Amino acid sequence: MSDYDLIVLGSGPGGYVAAIRAAQLGLKTAIVERENLGGICLNWGCIPTKALLRSAEVFHQMKHAKDYGLVAEGISADLNAVVARSRGVAKQLNQGVTHLMKKNKITVFMGEGRLAAAPTAAGLGKLEVNGETLTAKHIIIATGARARDLPFAKADGNRVWTYRHAMTPKELPSKLLVIGSGAIGIEFASFYNDMGSEVTVVEMMDRIVPVEDADVSAFLEKALKKQGMTILTGAGVEKIDLSATGIKAAIKGKDGKVVTSEFSHVIVAVGIAPNTESIGLETLGIKAERGIIAIDGLGRTNVAGIWAIGDVTPGPWLAHKASHEGVIAAEAIAQALGNKDVHPHAMDKANIPGCTYCHPQIASVGLTEAKAKEAGYTVKAGTFPFIGNGKAIALGEAEGFIKTVFDAKTGELLGAHMIGAEVTELIQGYVVGKTLETTEAELMATVFPHPTLSEMMHESVLAAYGRAIHI
Amino acid sequence: MPIEIKMPALSPTMEEGTLAKWLVKAGDTVKSGDIMAEIETDKATMEFEAVDEGVIIAIAVPEGSEGVKVGTVIATLAGEDEDASAVPVAETAKPAPTPKPAQAEPVEARTPTVAQSASTSSARAEVGKDGRIIASPLAKRIAEQKGIDLKAVKGSGPNGRIVKADVDGAQPGAAPVAAAAPSAAPAVTPDFGIPYEAEKLNNIRKVIARRLTEAKQTIPHIYLTVDVRLDALLKLRGELNQALEADGVKLSVNDLLIKALAKALIRVPKCNVSFAGDELRKYARADISVAVAAPSGLITPIIVDAATKGVAQISTEMKALADKAKAGKLQPHEYQGGTASLSNLGMFGIKQFDAVINPPQAMIMAVGAGEARPYVVDGALSVASVMSATGSFDHRAIDGADGAQLMQAFKDLIESPLGLVA
Repeated sequence: MSDYDLIVLGSGPGGYVAAIRAAQLGLKTAIVERENLGGICLNWGCIPTKALLRSAEVFHQMKHAKDYGLVAEGISADLNAVVARSRGVAKQLNQGVTHLMKKNKITVFMGEGRLAAAPTAAGLGKLEVNGETLTAKHIIIATGARARDLPFAKADGNRVWTYRHAMTPKELPSKLLVIGSGAIGIEFASFYNDMGSEVTVVEMMDRIVPVEDADVSAFLEKALKKQGMTILTGAGVEKIDLSATGIKAAIKGKDGKVVTSEFSHVIVAVGIAPNTESIGLETLGIKAERGIIAIDGLGRTNVAGIWAIGDVTPGPWLAHKASHEGVIAAEAIAQALGNKDVHPHAMDKANIPGCTYCHPQIASVGLTEAKAKEAGYTVKAGTFPFIGNGKAIALGEAEGFIKTVFDAKTGELLGAHMIGAEVTELIQGYVVGKTLETTEAELMATVFPHPTLSEMMHESVLAAYGRAIHI
Repeated sequence: MPIEIKMPALSPTMEEGTLAKWLVKAGDTVKSGDIMAEIETDKATMEFEAVDEGVIIAIAVPEGSEGVKVGTVIATLAGEDEDASAVPVAETAKPAPTPKPAQAEPVEARTPTVAQSASTSSARAEVGKDGRIIASPLAKRIAEQKGIDLKAVKGSGPNGRIVKADVDGAQPGAAPVAAAAPSAAPAVTPDFGIPYEAEKLNNIRKVIARRLTEAKQTIPHIYLTVDVRLDALLKLRGELNQALEADGVKLSVNDLLIKALAKALIRVPKCNVSFAGDELRKYARADISVAVAAPSGLITPIIVDAATKGVAQISTEMKALADKAKAGKLQPHEYQGGTASLSNLGMFGIKQFDAVINPPQAMIMAVGAGEARPYVVDGALSVASVMSATGSFDHRAIDGADGAQLMQAFKDLIESPLGLVA
């Protein structure tokens, strides 16, 4: 039997979540994966990097044991063991997804899938995998994305790395060049810097983590420089030559001068490219622009019965966005198949949080102060520093701040921007508030527990209205 | 899971109703199809059937409750395989979530539109049992700032919650359709100390008040009166009734007038219309709403496509509808719609009157009593059976000359009535 209600092509955080939600709704569901269940996120992305960064964090703390009145001597890092731990974490979660597929009675096909026909009134949609033809009433494309290459710096895994190579290093780069300061670039820069590499980050824009609030970028740049990193903004790598001992990179600086420097390794983190070349988009006439599939709020493509979610669709390219889109699409499909109890709503992209696990961490949601002003809002912004928070001082993490941005007219929480310890765990408080459309009044009226870092969120809101207590 | 039984929307426009009578009580076992309650809507009393099966744990809304919003939990059932006693009764007291906006969502996967925006529920503003409007704090504040009445806003959030996007698009001062019509009653009715008994308005009376106020205040009426000779029609009716006696059919004059109005509307299609804001709807069929005096108030059951129906069929249908109307058992589809109306007060000896148009229709025919009157026939005074008929027309949609043509056609069909049975 190969007639499915739904086939999901790709088992990343978008695909496998969509499949589980569909199965929960009683759809006969199959999933097709060419490499590892769980996709990049779980095997080669979010999760294993967090494992690496945790090692780096512990290492960093050990080196600063003295600050806490502790003695740690003869500290060193075993890179192989650090990587092995990271791989172990990925493996454990991969098995978790395998179990979830089984539990939800989702049929898994390992192999490269290719769309052969769209579902029509006359017949089911077709998808080929391993020479077999599967048929389904609906198909979700969730094939994700990969690292974008620089034309002059094709990743070889030897000296020129993508995130993927950077995750399983055989040796610690002595002198590392990171091209691009988005979330991926800055996380690896932070990891290798903590592990002991000499790191240089090159960013084309005038500031690092350019999607974040300008205050966050400035704070991070200062913090990373203090940790010994070299940061070149407004700069571009023009050329990379392989040498016997590493690479030679010609970097054009802010002043327009090109300087050639030697590095042992380079990580290219200049964005991602969707995996949509060989999956049959053209065969079915699915509309895409530069490989990015056009969808509506529920994930429908221009071809009936074909849906797309996650990194193959317009950004932000984040795992949690893909998962959420997966749920919406699965519910919309169940609804199309007659389920009257589901009411999928399109996601509001302004409410998708972003987290970067560099050291210090960054987290944000919604509009930056500058973007809010650009959008025509009269802005009320409040900032509260970690140094004013008891818990932060007790933790020995007094570096960072929390900033909230409100519409002065309506009190709408337009955005929140944080940098500092554990902020990736704090941001969700604002995301819930934003999704529920709270105004400053409800946030002010909320009781925040003491002593926690979350008190800074409260203070930041109060600060926007000139009412902060501890500053 | 206990099953929540909610106040049903028994007609497309129903927003609230009166829970007239419970036919079941807590502890009863109901199965699908059982009549659970009688619910009085704005036009009729209807029976409410159970869809789910199980034991009734609690009745949340007592009988006689007025203004029960659609979607309010009115009772709670324990599912089939559940122990009814184990389910907390308190659950039933919660205000209900929104009516399911099922059909409003663009679910047809065969016709996707790229870049089409989010599906939105078409639920009306969700109003809890306590009158609380379910809206986000931000939506409430924006509404307040813009002077928007949240009761008028449809919520597109989960369970019909009103969110920012809903009020961003709303116009200041926007009010619900119902409230948009000018209030039917003066704000305060002065009390001059005259003894009186206050009777609460039933839903039907409220709707009559609202709709007729709306009609008189928004529709510029034009009235055209003709005298119509009835002798030929009465003669034909006598013959038809004789012929149809065996079938148990007894035609009334009104049955023939329904047919005459329908045929006249088909002959003069400019009068078979609705004025709908920026467009004029020209109907392809004449559905005649016939005013019936029911104990609870005026109601207008409809003879659909009366122009093509035989008079015997019209008569049979009309009798059934009138009986149902008097018993308050008309179904919404039996009284909602219609392209024009007929009102006859002849049985009370009324000579002539001007009726109020029943919106969104654009005309109503008011007929008085047929009576022997002095009448000039072929230049000589004689006596004839004559009635006066007055058409009220929506002058926004229908010009005087077109209305006059309709009156002419109506008169011709009655005076040469074989056209009614052809």
